[in-house]
Order: sequence, then C-alpha cells, then structure tokens
Amino acid sequence: MAKIIVVTSGKGGVGKTTTSASISTGLARRGFKTVVIDFDVGLRNLDLIMNCERRVVYDFVNVIQGEASLNQALIKDKRVETLYILPASQTREKEALTQEGVEKVLNELAETFDYIVCDSPAGIEHGAQMALYYADEAIVVTNPEVSSVRDSDRILGILQSKSRRSEMGLDPVKEHLLLTRYNPDRVDRGEMLSVGDVEEILAIPLLGVIPESQIVLNASNQGLPVILEDDSDAGQAYEDAVGRLLGEEREHRFLTAAKKGFFSRMFKG
Amino acid sequence: MPEADATQTSQCFQLKGANVSLTALELHFFEEDAFEETLRDKIRQAPGFFRDIPLVVSLEKYEGPTAELDFFKLIGICRRHNIHVVAVRGGDDDQRRLARNAALALLPATAQREPRAPEPAEPAVEEAAPTTPDPAPTAAGPAPAAARLVTQPVRSGQQVYAPEGDLIILAPVQAGAEVLAAGNIHVYGPLRGRALAGVHGLSEARVFCQSLEAELVSIAGHYKISEDLQEHGWKQAVQLQLKDDLLVVTPLDK
Repeated sequence: MAKIIVVTSGKGGVGKTTTSASISTGLARRGFKTVVIDFDVGLRNLDLIMNCERRVVYDFVNVIQGEASLNQALIKDKRVETLYILPASQTREKEALTQEGVEKVLNELAETFDYIVCDSPAGIEHGAQMALYYADEAIVVTNPEVSSVRDSDRILGILQSKSRRSEMGLDPVKEHLLLTRYNPDRVDRGEMLSVGDVEEILAIPLLGVIPESQIVLNASNQGLPVILEDDSDAGQAYEDAVGRLLGEEREHRFLTAAKKGFFSRMFKG
Repeated sequence: MPEADATQTSQCFQLKGANVSLTALELHFFEEDAFEETLRDKIRQAPGFFRDIPLVVSLEKYEGPTAELDFFKLIGICRRHNIHVVAVRGGDDDQRRLARNAALALLPATAQREPRAPEPAEPAVEEAAPTTPDPAPTAAGPAPAAARLVTQPVRSGQQVYAPEGDLIILAPVQAGAEVLAAGNIHVYGPLRGRALAGVHGLSEARVFCQSLEAELVSIAGHYKISEDLQEHGWKQAVQLQLKDDLLVVTPLDK
C-alpha cells in the first residue's frame, strides 16, 4: 500500500518544492519506488528543480481529463532509478483538479508505487486542499518567522478538518514539522524564531531543520535536488529528515551557529 | 465529497445547521444622534472587530417609546459604519412588526438564565416530599449543561463553540483561532487567539488560561483586545472575570 505524503505550508516561498524534490529523491535513493506530483497547476516549478522541464509532454491535468495515460505523463528521473515525476500543467486552472480525478490518479499510482509525494501549491484554496485531501502524512514546511508559523498553523487546522482521513473518521493525518531557511546566527541575534519557539507554537513533532544556505539556491538553479549535494549541510539535513520520516532516530544537527572564518562570513550573511 | 452520488450533485443546495456567534446590541432607547455617537465611539476602540460584523438588536431592555423605534434609521447608521443589522431579539408585538417591515429577522427573547443560583431551597423542598413521583419536567430543573472538551490544539482559522455549557481545552488556542462558550472557558495551555465566554450574556462566566497571550477576550460582550490585555498578567496563568462590567485579570497563583 502506497503512502501518500503531502508537502504543504500555507505560505508561499518557504521551500515546499525544494523539500518535495529532496524528500522524494531521498526516498527513491533508498530503493522505494517513489513518485512526486506537482499540484501547483499554472505555476509549475517542480520540473525545473528536478531538471526535467524539457521532457514534459503530458501532465497531471491531461491524465485527469483522460487525454493521456499515466505512463505517458510520468517522467523517469535520470539520476535516481526508482524516482518518477508527474508534472503540473502550466496552461490550466487549479479547478481542473477535481477530487474524483485526483483520486483516480492516486489510486492508479498506489498500485505500483511505495511513496507518493504531493507538492502542494501555496495558499489554502482549492489546489492546496486537493493536494492534502488524500494524504496519510503531511510535511509542514515552515520558515522561522511569525507569518510563516501562523500560516502553517492554519494549514494544520485544515489537515485536521478537511482531509479524507478527518472526514472519514480515520486516524488523523500524521504531521511533521520541517523548519527551512534556519539561520542560527540570526536566531542568536533575535532576528529569527528559534526551533524551540516554533515547536512550542505549532506543537507537532519536528522532522528536521534545514539550514539557510547558498547551496540550496544553487542546486535549485541547476535543477538538482539539494539532497544529492551530499557534502553540504542542507543536503545532509534533508537526508536526516528522510531517515526520521522512515522512523529512524537521528540527532538534530546544524542548530547552533558555527564559528566562522572571514570568507564564510562574506558568503553567508 | 468522496462519493458524490447523483442525488447529491443534482440538488441546488443543502440546508445545514450552523452555530455562529453574533454580537447583540442591547438597545435602551433610540435617539439618532446619540446612537451614532455611541456607535462611533465603540468602533474607535476596536475598528477591526466591528468591520462587517452581523449585529442583532436586542429589544429586551428597550425602555423608550415604540414610536421612536425607527429601524430604517438604525440600519442606515449601522450600514454607514459597515455593520450589518440582521435581526432583532425580543420586543413586543408592535416592535417586532416594525422590525419585520424593515426586513429584519425575528429571534426569540433569550431564556432567563439566572434562576439556578438564587434558589437552592427549591430542590430541597422537593426532596423532602418524595412520595409524589413527579414526572421530570419541572422537578428536575435545568440539567447541568454539558461541557465541551477539546484535546487537540485549536488552530488558526478554526472555531470551537460550546453552545450550552463550559468549554475546556487541553491544548493551545492559536493566534487566529476563536473559542466561544455559553459558560466558562478553560484553556490548559497558552491562549493566543480569541476567547468569548458567556456569549449568551452570562456575566458570571470566566476565562481561565495558563498563559494569557490572547488577541481578544470577551465575557458577556465586554471585551478587551490584546493591546489592553498586555498590562496585567500577560503570558501568565490568569483568570478573567467581570467586575462591575469591567473585565478584570487576576493571576492564578495569588
């Protein structure tokens, strides 16, 4: 039985797509057959970060509307054997995602895949609700700042009230907090909320903390999921998060400010 | 929505029960200028709270002559301040007829909620005469209203309402969330959102919380917003109650 994981946040620009790309790559790298679906119809990005935008022929909406088969639309990743991408349509509206259509596609994927990762669009409207409706688990991506935390709280409320699991009275969606763009220096200076602050406010288990890093931006621009940057702190932090998602015990790293030399100071800021 | 069968989708709409909390304006008399003046003054205290709220005009304490009750003027004034009068509550037949002409909905007067405290003697008398097996309705008196218990955090955008009794929350009430109760509200966690106790007018209602960080606390319609709450007991375990129509915050450890 496939596990459906939604990557969501409420707020835009916090790192949902980056996280979807890395988490799905991390799962696939461990041998799980994984598909990552871009739910952001009209503003598709996932294919860019996965470096497959030039191979998109059919998309999620085509499959829902019966214009293409799932196999035609799925794009096989070139780096990781068991990873597939289902891109979003750039030319349609989010309303093209119907509940029945999404369910049909997910059911078909569930027959062959171990993990289905749903990359949610920002906001709390139709697109975001479609992305989270069928979820078994949710990764709530949050930046350490008040407005992002508030939006995450809102989306947690929606997970509790408007997901399939809540409507059917099943076990609730399992919630994970992933803190991204974390900068310990700025936390020390009081410019950012600390991990403890965010955990205390949102009151859900912490899946991981991804440090703010130029490497994340570079990787995105190159179409590389940052988890494949094995030497980087952000890549390792995502790898830890995947481990924890699978139930492993791992100590949280990169939470405190490192003593830095002149050059790293120049480049991080 | 998972199994949208044919009958469901072919229907134009579906009626559902809904509980909403409304603000009631208890009208003592109506005089155009004085009314607008007072209204403007209230709005100035909390502009965000009043914007586009629905309002019920309560006539239960109306003492002016019915002839002066010009609902069209009243509605007009409220509309100018972005407040929407939706209904009247209570009032006599003539007053209700006027309200109806102004296209307002008619709500029944609120049931009197006072009796329980003043007459402890009554049930005792009945116990003394056990021979008459009085079939419940009057003898049982009002059954204690069920408290509503919530164990999950109340998240931003969520609303939890206990329409009859107390509301007990064993988790945080987050900023942007709203909790309402006819009776008391207990929050065993931080209260960061809005808490409205005694929403039907029970002025003895209280609000208890482990950390006061609220956006707004209201008891029987008397409220304080975050700004005014910061002076006393902010981020501390406190209770809030009405004393002479004034919302008073007291630390719980004293």
